[in-house]
This record gives sequence, structure tokens and C-alpha cells, in this order.
Amino acid sequence: MSKSSAGFDWISIFIYLALISFGWANIYSASLGSSSGSFFDLSQPYGKQALFIGLSLFLIVIILSVEAKFYQRFSSVIYIISLLSLAGLFVFGKTISGATSWYSFGSFGLQPSEFAKFATALALAKYLSDIQTNIRMLTHQVKAFIIIAIPALLIIPQPDPGSALVYAAFFFPLYREGLSGFYLVTGLTGVAVFILTLVIGPIWVSVAVLSIGLLLFFRKRKKRPGRLLITLFAIISIGLSFSVNYIFENVFEQRHRDRFNIVLGKEVDSRGIGYNTNQSEIAIGSGGWLGKGWTEGTQTKGHFVPEQHTDYIFSTVGEEWGFLGSAMVVLLFVALLLRLLILAERQRNQFYRVYGYSVIGILFIHFLVNIGMVIGIFPTVGIPLPFFSYGGSGLWGFTLLLFIFIKLDSDRLSY
Amino acid sequence: MRKILLYITILTTGLIFIARLFYLQIVDTSLAIRSQDNAIKVVYDYPQRGYIYDRNGELMVSNQPSYDVMVIPRNLKPFDTTEFCGILNLSREELEKKLDKARIYSPMLPSVVIPQLTKSEYAILQEKMRKYEGFYIQKRSLRDYQVDHSANVLGYIAEVNQKIINENPYYISGDLIGRAGVESQYEELLRGVKGVKHIQKDRFNRDIGPYKDGIYDTLPEKGKDITITVDNALQDYGTKLMKNKRGGIVALDPQSGEILALISAPTYDPAKLVGRSRSRNYWELYTDSIAKPLYDRGLLAEYPPGSPFKTLNALIGLQEGVVDVKDSFSCNHGYAYGRGRKLGCHAHKSPLSMIPGIAQSCNAYFANVYRRIIEKYPTPQDGMDAWNEHLKSFGLGQFMGNDLSTGRPGKIPDSDYYNRIYDYPTYKWYASATLSNAIGQGEVLMTPIQLANMAATIGNKGWYYTPHILKEINGQPIKEEKFTKKNYTTIQAEYFEPVIAGMHEVYKSGTAATLRIPGVEIAGKTGTAENFARIDGKRMQLTDHSIFVAFAPVDNPKIAIAVFVENGYWGSRYAGRMASLMIEKYLKGTITRTDMEKWILEHSLEDEYAKPLSGEPFRINQ
Repeated sequence: MSKSSAGFDWISIFIYLALISFGWANIYSASLGSSSGSFFDLSQPYGKQALFIGLSLFLIVIILSVEAKFYQRFSSVIYIISLLSLAGLFVFGKTISGATSWYSFGSFGLQPSEFAKFATALALAKYLSDIQTNIRMLTHQVKAFIIIAIPALLIIPQPDPGSALVYAAFFFPLYREGLSGFYLVTGLTGVAVFILTLVIGPIWVSVAVLSIGLLLFFRKRKKRPGRLLITLFAIISIGLSFSVNYIFENVFEQRHRDRFNIVLGKEVDSRGIGYNTNQSEIAIGSGGWLGKGWTEGTQTKGHFVPEQHTDYIFSTVGEEWGFLGSAMVVLLFVALLLRLLILAERQRNQFYRVYGYSVIGILFIHFLVNIGMVIGIFPTVGIPLPFFSYGGSGLWGFTLLLFIFIKLDSDRLSY
Repeated sequence: MRKILLYITILTTGLIFIARLFYLQIVDTSLAIRSQDNAIKVVYDYPQRGYIYDRNGELMVSNQPSYDVMVIPRNLKPFDTTEFCGILNLSREELEKKLDKARIYSPMLPSVVIPQLTKSEYAILQEKMRKYEGFYIQKRSLRDYQVDHSANVLGYIAEVNQKIINENPYYISGDLIGRAGVESQYEELLRGVKGVKHIQKDRFNRDIGPYKDGIYDTLPEKGKDITITVDNALQDYGTKLMKNKRGGIVALDPQSGEILALISAPTYDPAKLVGRSRSRNYWELYTDSIAKPLYDRGLLAEYPPGSPFKTLNALIGLQEGVVDVKDSFSCNHGYAYGRGRKLGCHAHKSPLSMIPGIAQSCNAYFANVYRRIIEKYPTPQDGMDAWNEHLKSFGLGQFMGNDLSTGRPGKIPDSDYYNRIYDYPTYKWYASATLSNAIGQGEVLMTPIQLANMAATIGNKGWYYTPHILKEINGQPIKEEKFTKKNYTTIQAEYFEPVIAGMHEVYKSGTAATLRIPGVEIAGKTGTAENFARIDGKRMQLTDHSIFVAFAPVDNPKIAIAVFVENGYWGSRYAGRMASLMIEKYLKGTITRTDMEKWILEHSLEDEYAKPLSGEPFRINQ
């Protein structure tokens, strides 16, 4: 081992292994048919997932063997290949359940959007770490935005808006590198106004906006934001509030409206669109403290929760392992994210740090949206739970994402 | 700020998730219940209900298959209602009503739509069942009665109501439960234990195998066969004798306390309360407020016992030492007391000692004995309570603790009772005020089973077994201490001799001399009880009740019997004849006095019962 190598972060690796093993156990239970065959029965999702995990371990060895500089040097190439693979879907893609997201190789498929995440992360890191880039400048902000937006725009028409949503994760590295908090405030205000309007209507939202605006406007403080800005904010917020109804009714499709209505509790529909969420909550709720035991979940066995081995895998954890098991998984994710945050902060190389932040952002968005959806506090958005959900492309995409960072981290002493 | 934003966001998200999980999994228990509802179907396997045999092993009640149409409202699909209603002979509105009721009970659990199909309905429906999704046919077993009598003893089974379901978690909608008689009392023995199967369902509500490989499943346990103490032939005979009369017959085996016969008239064929017409028939019986066929007169009717009660006063008199067998009292067509009041008596020799006193049922004799008992003590209160204690030891004035599903305590007054009605100590009362008790009228009330038990106790010279109806469970005799332990009275055995002799004399020379059975020595006592009814707000006297108690043979009693015939006039007229015939039937198996049997079978009291209802003035005791 050379002088510059600090060794791999075994904490992250350990959590990764724990998550994929536990994930597999739950996929086994969720996809178990009436006849229980061999663990490696390749006609069953759990058999395939075992194979995917095996290949991931092989992939890890390769990732960690490649020199760290390679990822920095070839990031642009990887990014362009990734974009081409996304664009190629329009010609060669295979449509599975309505989304043209796949290249088909016999019984296996590859989903390029899963690989575009780490590619985009590399590209963004490369751009931001360029000595000439200053993220506080608007032109550079636009350029960074374009790097992020191209893959997202290629993914949306598949259609896979869920995967495209993940690109919001890149806000975190941008903000860490100096992007103005103004965007955050604007974004959050927009979301808050939108959701509040759906709940309490535009009149009350306007009253609230005006009260807060006036409070800020007349507050005597040196670091008060400009009065012009406050006025603008208030006007735009109220404008947005009154157009929410229009956007909701005319821009959104019915299924989007339903998803919002269900999470906001404005609509109870346990048969139609609300079925998934409802069944998922029933499965989790029936777990109690300790759960019903591995492969003993009655909801899981009865396949009451659709897509349970993929996007809804966390409901199996809830039912069969109870509060203890599901809280454990949440804590494992939190631990992994915080550990990676520590790793990212200790990077002296900006490329490494931006990449690290991108990894954390992407994993966090998946964690937030997926579990939030399964436990019924986030609208239904179909994205997988990292390391847990069934799927080769997803698993490899997340493995690449994480282990490239672990490799980079091991190289931090060379700077 | 730039460094900690993500920290805070991650930690907050983790906390919110764990809080939400805690709510879903620990706090909100309704979800766990719903999971049981839709993933696991519970199917019950009903065991055969136990058979009921009579004391000689004759089958009285067995089972027959029956088919219920069940519905699970959630699984209903649109179907041809016209055809469905046609097969089941229902109107569309009736069907809608039944389905609504099922929905209210539970959309996911089965409810009965049509209970107990006829064979032809079952045959037709069976073939078309696949067309009616959500409906299915459940086989059950119903009672099959081998006898057309003893409805009051056997009871009946009926669907459980919501109250029972709420009180007893064993039962679910549509289950059957014993609702009267032995069926109710020994429900848990007879019903067995239903088996349960947990079936894992998938989201299309298909069965995908047993839940947890069936570790929670249980096999049904067959109901136990029981043998009851009644004699089938005697029940049948007694029911025939009682036809067109109202009243009760209770016969006991004094040596075991077993109930040989328990007959109430009017009665009904137990088969009427089986099948789909059950509810209509039941309503008819239930609403018959005049004949009251569901009212078990043998157990529930509290009548003034009349003269048979005199035997008890004789026993108490002897035990208290206030009278000797040889003491005689004169009778001048009755017993005068107080200010010109008189307890009347019929014409007989005078004076009389105890044995002829019982045989002739002399009112004056017992008025004297009763006064001496009460007046032995310093106050009438003390006397009354001493008297009351003796009677209680015969099981009177209280529930007997038998194993019958219903009963009444009767009434034996005590000093508190009279203190209350005479407003003591403002007003004082004396033995003379309660003199009717001397002859079993007045405040004393007894049920026919108490009368029969009194006869058994006298026959046993001072002890009795608590009367009971259960003899064997699955062929094994019962060992319950309550029914195998002698209850002793407060009267010494020697004092029973003269009373028994008096009762024997009743047959030899007294009020029942015409009722003798060749070759069987009987001890008995006639009774004639005045009774009143309130008609259009007026208290009117009706024809006397005819009462008879007896045991036989005198030396070694094998049967003790009480017969009570409402408005049957004097004791030996109806009740005495019936008691005599019943004893002969039980002891000999055949009836030698066919003319007496014919008289009873041919005589009806329906005219007598119609009198007070006619609205016309009527005469009694004719």
C-alpha cells in the first residue's frame, strides 16, 4: 500500500453489506411463491438478486482496484457515455410497464438511468472543482444546472419522473460549494405555498404571506433583507398561491392529483390509487413491536402490497421485523449518510468533496422519497430504496456511486 | 450553515420516519386488526352436536344435515336476483334487507342469508351456486327429534343473537346455541368445540394455503352424548294423560334424585322448532298468552300446595314436640278462630288423631297443630321462623340448585314477611292471622317439582338428593357431589312413620281410596287449592286446582310424584287418577285399570279454561 493510501472506510462498507444482506432476505420473503425453491433459483426475483449481489461484489473489487485519479480524469467521458445510453433508449429501448427505461439482454435488462446518477455526480464534481469555476457567478450556476438537467430531461420522457426527481439531490453539493441560500429559500417557499394552498386555500395563505412579509418589512435590523426583495417575494407567493388551483387542476394529471390528495388526507381511496399506500400501511402497521417473523408476514405472503419486492420492499421489513427491524433500517441509512458526510467533509480535494456530497444527496433523496412513500407521508413516487429494492441496475448503480466515493476517500491523503 | 444543513436534514428525516413507524406499528392498533381481516380467513368446522338418550338408552334427539346459504358481502358480484329469489322463494326486498343486515354485521365475515334450506331448495341451488359469487352453502347439523313430546325437557336450539355474541366470544353470527331445557343447560357438553382453520388469502381473495402451516388450527371436538334421567315411555304416557288439560307432572326417583318425568301441559312437538319455520312457530308459541305452551309448569308454576302441605305441618309438630301421634282434635265442620272466623272442613268423623287426620285431610286438625307450633315460642315471630327453618330444609322457598335451565323458588313466609305486611310493631299479629298456612293455602307457594321432592323426602324418611336431569355423559355416570350427596331435613326419621302411615291410609280408606293399584302399596295425599284470577279488573274465584302427591311402594319408594291440574276441581278427580296411572305405568309397565285411563284420556278441561274468557257469568266447581 502506497503512502498516499489511507485504506477503505470499513464502517461504510459494513453498513452497505448489512443493507444488501437484509434487503435480500426481505426480497426473498416478498417474492416467495407457494413453492419455496433453492435460494438461487434464477427464475425468481430472490435468485436473480443473489446473482446481482454476487456481481456487485465483483464490481466493488474492480472499482477499488482502479486508481482514484481515473474517475476524475475520465468523468467527462463517463458522463457523455451515460447521456448517449439515455438517448439511445429512444431508439433501442424496451418498454416495461409503460416506461421505456431498459435495454434488454435476454431475460436481463439494464436501466441506464441508474448509472446516469454517478456519471452526473462525477461530471458535476469535475466542473465545480475546476479552478476557473465560481458557483457564485450566475453563468457558472447556469452551466452547472445544465450538467444536471440534461440527464434529467432525457429521463422524464421515458417516462420516469421519479428518477428525474432524484436530480434535485445535486442541490446539496452546489449549496455546500457556495450556491446562494436564496435558491433554497425560494424553493422551499414555493413548495410550502403550494402545499399550504392545497390544504387551507389561497386566501389564508395570502393572509399568512402578508403577515410574515409585514413583520420582516418593518423589523429594525441591520441584516434585514432588502425591502424590494420582501415585496417581490410576497407578490410572487400570493400569485403562486392563487395559481395553485389552476396548476393542480390543469397542469397535473389526475394520478398526480390523487397522490397529493391521499397524502394530504383529503381523499380516502383504499381501492384505486390509494390502494398501494393503504396496503403498505396495513402491512407495516400489522408488524407491531417485533414483527411476524421472516417469511411469516401475512400481507407479504398474500401479495397485498403491489411491487413489494421493488419499491415497496420496506413494507415487508415493517410487517415481518416490526418496529424494531424497520427503525433499525432507518437508523442504518441515517448512520451511513452521516458517516459519508464525515468522509466528505474530510476531503481536501474539492472534486472528492463535491462527489461525496452528490452521493449523499442522491442516497438521501431515495431514502426520503421511498420510505416516505411506503409509510404514507410522501406522495407515491416510484423510486427504489438503495441497496434494498430488487433490481440489478439499481444495485449496481448505487454500488458504483458509493464505492467510487470510498475509493476516492482512500486516496484523500495524496492531496 | 453550509456544513450542517445536510446533517440536520438527515437527522430530522430519520426522526420523522421513526416517529411515523412508531405510530403505525405501536400506537395505531386498528391497522393490525385490519391485517387479520383481509389476509387471514377463518373457517370453522362444526362438530356434530351430542345425542340425547333417555334413562333406558332410548334415543330421543339426534341430528340431521341442514344447509345454510351464506354471504360474504365484500365478495358479491352482480347476479341474477330474479332467479336467485325464485329458487329460495324470497322477495327481492327481503333479499335486499338480508344483504344489508349482513353488510352491517361485517363486509368481510360470512353471514347467514337463508338458514336451513329444504332438501329440494338445496338440490336446485347446489347446481347453480357457482353463478352467485359471494354466496356459498354451509353444511350444518340440525336436531332430529325421535320423540314428539318432552319439548320442555329437551329445549331447542336456535341461532345466537347479537347479545350472546357480545357476551361470549366462542359464538359468531349464525352459530347455533341451546336455548332452553337440557339443550341450554348442557350446551357446552352437547355442542363440543368447533374446529378452526386459518387460511392465508392473497390480494385477490384466493386461498393460498394454511396460515403458518396450520399451527393455530384446531380440530373440531365432537359434542358429548348425554343420557338424561327421564323415562321416555313415562314422558310419553304423561303427555298423553295431560292432553286437553293444563298443569304439570313431576316424577322423581327418591333413591337417586333423578327426574323420571317432567311434563308440562299444554306442550308442543319439539320438531316444530327446527328448520326454517322455527321462527314462525316459535312466535306462535311465544305469543299464546293463554295456554302458555313455552311455560314449563312443572318448574315455574308456583301454586298454593293445598292439603299435601299438611303432611309437613304434621312432621314439624312432631319434631317440635307440640303434638303426639295419639292427640286428637275435634272438628265441627271446621275450625273457628278469631272474631267469628272459621276454617271450613268437609264432613267426617270427629275427633281425629294424626293418621286419620291426614287420611281425611281434616282442616281443623292441622289448624290446631299449626297454632301449637307457632305458639310454642314466646313470640309469633320466633314461632314463624322456627317453622320456616324446618320447611327450608325440605328445599322449599328457594331455588333447589338442580340442573334445570329454569325454575322458581316458591314461597315460604317468615316473620319478616308478616312484620312487613302487618306493619309490625305498629300492629301486632298472631298465629291465627297466618292460619291458612296450616292447610297449604295463604302465603305458601310451591312448584310441582318441590311437591314431588317433598313426597320423595317423606318416602326416604327425612332426606333427599337434589333433583337432577343429567344421568350420564358419553355413557359415564355423573359424579357431581351436588347430586350424589344426601340433603337431610331437620326432622328425625322416626317422626316420618306416622305421616307415611297417614298417607298410606289416604289410599286405603281416605280421600284416594278409589285410586288403588292392585299389588302396589302407595302413600299419597290429595290436594284441592282454591285459586283466583283477575278478570276485567275483578278478582274472581275459579274452579279449584286438582293436586296430588304420592310415592310408591310405601316401604321402598321407587317413584315420588306430584301432579297438578289447573282447575281440575278436587284432588283425586284428575291429579289423583293421573298420579295413580303414572305410578302403575312406571312400576308395572302396563295399565290394568283401562277404564280409569280411558276416563282421563277422554276428559278435557278446555271448557273449564274457556269459562273465564267467555265474558259470561260462570259457575265454578261443578
